[in-house]
Amino acid sequence: MVDKKSIILLSLVAIIAVIPLVLYSGMGEDEGYFGGADGAAGEAIEETGYKPWFSSIWEPPSGEIESLLFALQAAIGAIVIGYVFGYYHGQAKERKKIENEANKTAKNSK
Amino acid sequence: MRHFIKSKGDFNVHIMEGFLPWQWCLFWYIVALPVVAYGVIQIKKITDKNPESKPLLAVSGAFIFVLSSLKIPSVTGSCSHPTGTGLGAVLFGPAATSVLATIVLLFQSLLLAHGGITTLGANIFSMGIAGPFAAWGIYKVVKKSGLSTSIGVFFAVFIGDLLTYIVTATQLSLAFPIPTFTESFVKFMVIFAYTQVPLAIIEGLLTVFIFWNIMKLRPDILEDLKVIVPKIKETAKELI
Repeated sequence: MVDKKSIILLSLVAIIAVIPLVLYSGMGEDEGYFGGADGAAGEAIEETGYKPWFSSIWEPPSGEIESLLFALQAAIGAIVIGYVFGYYHGQAKERKKIENEANKTAKNSK
Repeated sequence: MRHFIKSKGDFNVHIMEGFLPWQWCLFWYIVALPVVAYGVIQIKKITDKNPESKPLLAVSGAFIFVLSSLKIPSVTGSCSHPTGTGLGAVLFGPAATSVLATIVLLFQSLLLAHGGITTLGANIFSMGIAGPFAAWGIYKVVKKSGLSTSIGVFFAVFIGDLLTYIVTATQLSLAFPIPTFTESFVKFMVIFAYTQVPLAIIEGLLTVFIFWNIMKLRPDILEDLKVIVPKIKETAKELI
């Protein structure tokens, strides 16, 4: 599943994700870092004097519950991806085995 | 502590609940729903014709689930998340992807107060339709030009991700052209765009990784879906 090319690719992903943490190391939410581009756009709209006319039916009651649900979302996705690729991987292995055996019997019959 | 409970709500790709005037909510629903309906028909057609592609459809949806739940730090010092819709767009086209994106957007707006029911139409349009449509189109063009599939996938996903954010900024500036559309657009683009570039690269690389594995394990499905052209060697073998 993981060859040399893939390792390079995934390392790149890790590096890009870590660079900001190094750049702003020591900074946190209190200094206004890593809080999310989210609030910014909302604030920009509220500055125009606009009042949201509808609010969420249900909101996670705390940051903990929110991360629970985010983790759940990621877990559901990861399980599906892992299952399908695991299945494909097994299929490919089995296919190879059958091919090898077929080659062997073909050779023997010669 | 003030950030723990989302008083301001999460924005990212998704426009927050209630943050578009109702006329615009209605407008984007009217634009998005026919595409999603067409996507449902499209999915039925594709899976009837190629039942073998069903697991990949699941993977495409799951990929959106995973990527859109990951808030990744960016060089601007804020966090945002990728969309994950590029894989589905390249494999199944934008209409089918809009259906997958709708499922994720519903999950996030109902359970995470991330996005919203009133702004669902607008969010489906940016993340589920505009981005995937660009990704799908770019993949086709790159493939025709003879460059490698990996490069095609990367740029399709990269630009699809960025376009999602450009469309979100456009939607907001259309609804809030204060003082003018252009000024408002620039303001929203500054908030979104810089943050999103590194994340779009990450999304491109991860999608290429998934794509490589599909190519290695089940290239036949990609051929059936006409994502890649069968190797000449094999067709030659069949002719003999």
